Amino acid sequence: MSGLEFVQVVLFFGLLIACTPLLGGYMARVFQGQRTPLTFALRPAEHAFYRVMGVKTDDEQDWKAYAGAVIAFTLIGFAFLFVLQLIQGALPLNPAGLGNVEPFLAFNTATSFVTNTNWQSYGGETTLSYLTQSIGLAVQNFVSAATGIAVVIAVTRGLAGRTGKLLGNFWVDLVRATLYVLLPLSLALALVLISQGVVQNLNAPVAAVTLSGETQMLPGGPAASQIAIKQLGTNGGGFFNVNSAHPFENPTPLSNLLQLLSILLIPAALTYTYGVLVGSRRQGWTIFAAMLILFVVGLSVMLLAEYTPNPVVGGLVSLEGKELRFGITNSVLWGAATTAASNGSVNSMISSYSPAAGGIALLNIVLGEIIFGGVGAGLYGMLIFVLLTVFLAGLMVGRSPEYLGKKVEAGEIKMAIMAVLLPSAAILLFTAIGVTTEAGLSSRANAGPHGFTEIMYAFASGAGNNGSAFAGLNANTPFYNLLIGISMWIGRFGVIVPVLAIAGSMAGKRVAPQSVGTFPTDSPLFVLLLIAVILIVGALTFFPALALGPIVEQFLALNVRAF
Amino acid sequence: MTKHIRAAVTAFVLLTIITGVIYPLLTTGFGQVLFPYQANGSLIERDGVVVGSALIGQITDDPAYFWWRPSAVNAMQGGSPEALISSGASNQGWTSATLAEQVAARAEAIRSANNLAADTPIPPDLLFASASGLDPHISPEAAALQVARVAEARDLEVSQVEALVAQYTEAPQLLVLGQPRVNVLLLNLALDDIQ
Repeated sequence: MSGLEFVQVVLFFGLLIACTPLLGGYMARVFQGQRTPLTFALRPAEHAFYRVMGVKTDDEQDWKAYAGAVIAFTLIGFAFLFVLQLIQGALPLNPAGLGNVEPFLAFNTATSFVTNTNWQSYGGETTLSYLTQSIGLAVQNFVSAATGIAVVIAVTRGLAGRTGKLLGNFWVDLVRATLYVLLPLSLALALVLISQGVVQNLNAPVAAVTLSGETQMLPGGPAASQIAIKQLGTNGGGFFNVNSAHPFENPTPLSNLLQLLSILLIPAALTYTYGVLVGSRRQGWTIFAAMLILFVVGLSVMLLAEYTPNPVVGGLVSLEGKELRFGITNSVLWGAATTAASNGSVNSMISSYSPAAGGIALLNIVLGEIIFGGVGAGLYGMLIFVLLTVFLAGLMVGRSPEYLGKKVEAGEIKMAIMAVLLPSAAILLFTAIGVTTEAGLSSRANAGPHGFTEIMYAFASGAGNNGSAFAGLNANTPFYNLLIGISMWIGRFGVIVPVLAIAGSMAGKRVAPQSVGTFPTDSPLFVLLLIAVILIVGALTFFPALALGPIVEQFLALNVRAF
Repeated sequence: MTKHIRAAVTAFVLLTIITGVIYPLLTTGFGQVLFPYQANGSLIERDGVVVGSALIGQITDDPAYFWWRPSAVNAMQGGSPEALISSGASNQGWTSATLAEQVAARAEAIRSANNLAADTPIPPDLLFASASGLDPHISPEAAALQVARVAEARDLEVSQVEALVAQYTEAPQLLVLGQPRVNVLLLNLALDDIQ
């Protein structure tokens, strides 16, 4: 790693830390209905929305009504996207003449986009028409992200609430997240990306005559608008097959830096929003610090592993599956950010990383997508671990566990455990099915432990709602389309429902005054405890499985063993 | 319940119109007006014919041209001319015997094409396939290694070709981003232009 590359990494973290309070403070104003610089332009549209929808801004919901609204909205989006793919061949805006999508693939893709996973079993430019990409996928890029933001805001209201059992109105939060946060940021980012060379047109592919006299079909399409939201919404579904490694999606080092920043921007800023809404910015920064430390440690291991020469290919530092304009450092930084943030985009191929670096990417996902995590989803996932930490700390020192002045009791802990166990069980059980059936094994691209990692990564990516791929696996089979689809539903609603239930029960609790017996949840000690709980839970659950995949493969590689 | 469904359906329709129709069209409109060259794929024309995109690599084994990085998607599709409409990587892992064989074969091919001694180190970007299969760039070292071959095939002075390579080597963007790299298509077209 050169000095210049070190500067690039420092620059990235500096920008992220600087943007967190700016955007976080803005979002806090948006979700409290306060005036912002954009209110003047957007309020008329916002109120027109409410009129048509028959929604009143002060019509608050309890946790069951809020969860019901989230589920209803997700199911409608799913039904629309599923049918749209089944009939796209007969619909307009299809200059490449692509056919209808088969049902298993359509199920997988529709699930993938409504759950903010954006796993892609298909090749973008050769499967889905411009119409499907625009009014199908791009819409879900916005609204699945907005749903995540809405849920975490509702959870925050529940934890902070001083006035009864209500969590706010889902429809209002959904509209505000889309209009005030995601749309303006996306439009601005899309235009900068176009200036760097990301394509944005409605043209059919252009036939170029290459230097050697052959025909090269150059794809077109409305890519920049989709790429901006795929990063900001931690979606990650690419316009083209190789996602952000494609020069039309990510043409320059500057486009790479801006996309990287967009991936972590909203998840990081939400920690600050959280601090404002619970009335203590320190609570927000505490969570930010835990996320940042876990991220930096993982990144360091990945960089170290990736700069290690691979003895199997003659002791060379590997550039397989990496683009030259990014180099190793910016490829690995991307790999760390996208797996931490449940953004499935790739600018380099994780499958070709060293086993240790690929293993950390996998670990980032199986820890529950809480190191920044998906927009909204990362923070509400992290809050579950915060409650577990409070509970464990209480057990250790014999104090009654409290968070933000409210008692944490058996009911909340049961829900928290459920939210941790459901996605983990999906990953491990489905991986077990995958590695013991012909339908699962026949899709591998690599033999040996690498093949095991391919399968486990696919289910982790689904249940973590990440969407990143250890792309060697041929996942476009009925077996994988179905099982990965199911793991995505479990990973989304197996967490959203319990966490809203926790918020609902915490909302109604009395706030006890602070006393000497109160365990502070905004101290460096708490950051350490939180990190320890996350790592212990993750290690206990996944260490045996990781040992069969990346860990054993790293040792085999260092002993020059190939398959 | 009906209230829920009405809100859900109308919210979905309105948000689809705004984010799925208005937003991409607005972006397309702005993009086409402000940055038409970039928005349409950075296409390069010679005598009215599109010869490629400044952002997309090509395939050649002509000794008179600089070569791009290896492309997994080209290899998978048997080097068919339509291959580059799709993008792809090998996804071979560290312990892949296939990858080790490919790297050895590529090293051998590059050494023989450029008359290099068997122990000359070769820049890794020429040995490993890119992520997209379409990487438009090679490293300055990978270009330097090919200068003698290209100069000989074109009957040019080595210094002339070296000067062109230097001219088409891009420095890190905004001084700190990325690393130095050579755009192979622009370099090859410049070579054609001087003859």
